[in-house]
Amino acid sequence: MARLRKPKEEMKYILATDVGSTTTKARFFERKPEGWRFVIAGEAPTTVEAPYEDVTLGVRNAVREVEELTGHKILAEDGSGIVVPFDGERGVDLYCTTSSAGGGLQMMVAGLIKTMTAESANRAALGAGAIVMDVIAQDDGRPVYKKIQRIRSLRPDMILLAGGTDGGATTHVMEIAEMLKAAEPKPRLGLGYKLPIVYAGNRDLRPQIKKLLGEVFALTIVDNIRPVLEVENTEPARRAIHELFMEHVMSHAPGYLKLMKWTDIDIMPTPAGEGMAMQLIAKVFEKNVLGVGLGGATTNVYSVFEGKFVRSVSANLGMSYSICNVMKTAGIENIMRWLPFEMDEEEVASRLMNKMIRPTTIPQTLDDLIVEHSVAREALRLGLEHHKTIATRLKGAKIERTISDMFEQALAETYIDLMKIDIIAGTGGLLSHAPRRVQSMLILTDAFQPEGITWMFQDSVFMMPHLGVLSTVYWEAAWQIFDKDCLVRLGTVIAPRGVANKGDPVMTVEIEMPNGETLTEEMHFGEIKRIELPEREEAKVTISPRRGFDVGRGPGKRVEGTAMGGVVGILLDARGRPLQLPENDKERRETLLKWFLDIDMYPEDKLRELV
Amino acid sequence: MPKAKGKRRVSREAYAYTPGLKVKRAMLVRKMRRLPIPGKVLVEEGDEVDFKTIVARTELAGEPEIVKVALLLGIEPEDVPRYMMKKVGDEVKEGDIIAHYRAFFGLIKRDVVSPVDGVIESISDITGQVVIRKPPVPLEVDAYIPGKVVEVLPNEGAVIETNAAFVQGIFGIGGETHGVIKMAVDSPDEELTADHISDDDKGAILVGGSLVTLDALRKGVEVGVSCIVAGGIRHRDLTEFMGEEIGVAITGHEEVGLTLIITEGFGRLRMSRRAFNLFKSFDGYKAAANGATQIRAGVMRPEVIIPHSEFYEEKSGDELAAGMVPGTPVRIIRAPYFGAIGRVHSLPIDLQQVETESYVRVLEVELEDGRIVTVPRANVEIIEE
Repeated sequence: MARLRKPKEEMKYILATDVGSTTTKARFFERKPEGWRFVIAGEAPTTVEAPYEDVTLGVRNAVREVEELTGHKILAEDGSGIVVPFDGERGVDLYCTTSSAGGGLQMMVAGLIKTMTAESANRAALGAGAIVMDVIAQDDGRPVYKKIQRIRSLRPDMILLAGGTDGGATTHVMEIAEMLKAAEPKPRLGLGYKLPIVYAGNRDLRPQIKKLLGEVFALTIVDNIRPVLEVENTEPARRAIHELFMEHVMSHAPGYLKLMKWTDIDIMPTPAGEGMAMQLIAKVFEKNVLGVGLGGATTNVYSVFEGKFVRSVSANLGMSYSICNVMKTAGIENIMRWLPFEMDEEEVASRLMNKMIRPTTIPQTLDDLIVEHSVAREALRLGLEHHKTIATRLKGAKIERTISDMFEQALAETYIDLMKIDIIAGTGGLLSHAPRRVQSMLILTDAFQPEGITWMFQDSVFMMPHLGVLSTVYWEAAWQIFDKDCLVRLGTVIAPRGVANKGDPVMTVEIEMPNGETLTEEMHFGEIKRIELPEREEAKVTISPRRGFDVGRGPGKRVEGTAMGGVVGILLDARGRPLQLPENDKERRETLLKWFLDIDMYPEDKLRELV
Repeated sequence: MPKAKGKRRVSREAYAYTPGLKVKRAMLVRKMRRLPIPGKVLVEEGDEVDFKTIVARTELAGEPEIVKVALLLGIEPEDVPRYMMKKVGDEVKEGDIIAHYRAFFGLIKRDVVSPVDGVIESISDITGQVVIRKPPVPLEVDAYIPGKVVEVLPNEGAVIETNAAFVQGIFGIGGETHGVIKMAVDSPDEELTADHISDDDKGAILVGGSLVTLDALRKGVEVGVSCIVAGGIRHRDLTEFMGEEIGVAITGHEEVGLTLIITEGFGRLRMSRRAFNLFKSFDGYKAAANGATQIRAGVMRPEVIIPHSEFYEEKSGDELAAGMVPGTPVRIIRAPYFGAIGRVHSLPIDLQQVETESYVRVLEVELEDGRIVTVPRANVEIIEE
């Protein structure tokens, strides 16, 4: 557990790293007169693989970059690591790190009923930052021998076993446990240690579970994840997973024993750090947040909805290693629908395949950039779809239904309602490196299709995981840096739900600008408009939607709200929810071109050359 | 392309770059051959091995078979031990009675027979299930390349070393195979089509030029070609050939009838002259090839290893190349100059804006035709000489 070497008020320097699967990213923070600030970033290749097989080398290289750029010495002269606390000449007062090297935390989850305990266990594992390799349940439709074959082929870092409410099912839960034992799953990292397993099922079965699994596995028993059907209690399981991640998994990864000695705070899986950052946004603004980390290999989606935090990870949706899986899952036609110019299907596929096999290359030409942006929209869209299958109401619990629910074709499975999402925040290489910020704002808008009034944020230089882990021990510092240097305010999207014919009136928006001037904008169907409103400024907006359009209070109902300023400003989006792209190919390309030109998305001359 | 303002600064050497794929006429190739679980090593240090020599052997625990005895006998789980005819550790054959239930003076009789050959592993009085473990499955690992055992990894396997020509591809499918190198085309620009393949190519490692077509792949399978090596392939041909689209570049386990190795990328791409000429000079040699590719976490590229003892690598030592300097040969690996080959002209230090408007680290490359072009440093790879 965390123990600080210096009282917080005396701290002057903080260092945080993220040991990623390809790059180790160091971020250096300093207390300035105005508060904690981000100073500089240093990056170096991760050294978890042969020939190095010691992550601390990569950390040292990244930190050395920070040293060179700042002149501030951090590493011990004798090579023993990072000097903590700052001794007046050398070192930092606090060092913390996240890690996803070597594939992160890979888990297998088992429960009794697929839509109940297994689903809750899945949410707990995901919430802890794991990649869930498979969810085994008694009723998952596979015969026992298939499940056994599957378990034997997986090499998880850890297993989470749930099943039964307290005092509920026993025999079937034991059947699952017996199957697990019989299948003899092997840990991924080395064969020389016991595979950790967390039991979070029926309390009454603890002695039997201990007897059955205690010797073969490193067993941890925690409170039931579904003590009663109406309650989901993922926190004890999540905490146990984090502890086991440190004790068993991390300590077997090359160099981590050393790294664990360097840091005073438990090493956290990168997505868990990112999730903390998303929760920080929700906490500070007291709003519902939808966040996304669009990476090279995976897409993580986070939601904090009415206080409930849920994370989903789409392990094979990403912008480099997994770019072709986006093409495969979404279909190439769905990627190509975002292109404002003609391009042969084989050409698009070749470009993506070539990106996959040479994942570190970057787009040099505008058409290449636009192709990548098209893939990003689809990766995000699929990521959100996946998230909605995780962020669901508890099944099995009794829900009181009204007559109107019955007319609405039962209750929607997910509780994620874009109309009720107040904030969307994005992080990850493609979003952070977009040459114009309006590009990431439109990509997020097209993919997630926010409704009503939505504030849009983005990570400046990828430090959400760093600040997430820092927030667990020093909340104030994490927030100050987050607010001033990490969280880029893109602006606000105002979009009504509904569709109409092209050119039909959709809404009138009155905007009281900070200088006292009031703008009145008439929006017609199919239009998008960008209005400048600087960062750190706000404007009162009054939206009067036409009949059939809803901005939060029902069709045709007027809504007042606050637009947050940003580097992009306000996007008035009357392109429909769901967003409407023309079916006709030529018309579709012309429409996209018009949208891009209207909001100054890409350099105009080059764009016109392409089309 | 816009240039950075002010005085131009250049670096003498760059360290952050993409290492190129290896194309070597001679080098010491070492292969670690390991069992996935502990077992017995069958070779000793100093032993000479051939392609197919078995290096290590083990037994994989058999699959468990779960028999729901309580359910089948119609009894309570806690009563199961009472009705078992076999105990934990007993061997059983398929069809053997393992549990027997009698009631009402023999009027009700029920038997449970073993569905498999195996050993009784557990009898549960909580679930009423019996686990029967099937016999273990033998597992072997061969040498893959001929050469000398230079290290024995106790209980795991061995390291084999040989002098060989070594060519890395960028992407492949299918696993380890062997065959004789055969040139299917005359130049690296030529496409490899079905017409280039005949029955004589059975078991060969066939080398094509710029593109392998779908009909060539199918003909290769029909004839029994071991491996096809070519510069490029069309995405739709690969999808059609495999029967599914590739999502993530983790390959090697496909069972498609042959191993395929692509040296340049997707599309029609001339095989690098170096690689083509190297294959040509080893026409008729026996080689080992593997299509396994894994791009994430511990990059693994497909390879062709051609063992020979005609000449040896001049420089010894490890392969960590020096940095990139003016004059270093490079290949551009992304549009708009994808596939072009040239030499580093200069390495400007300051970030420069490219067409996308991004500011990136760049380098200037003098192409083979004399043009000097600016590209992001991330978009070139070094050609190892």
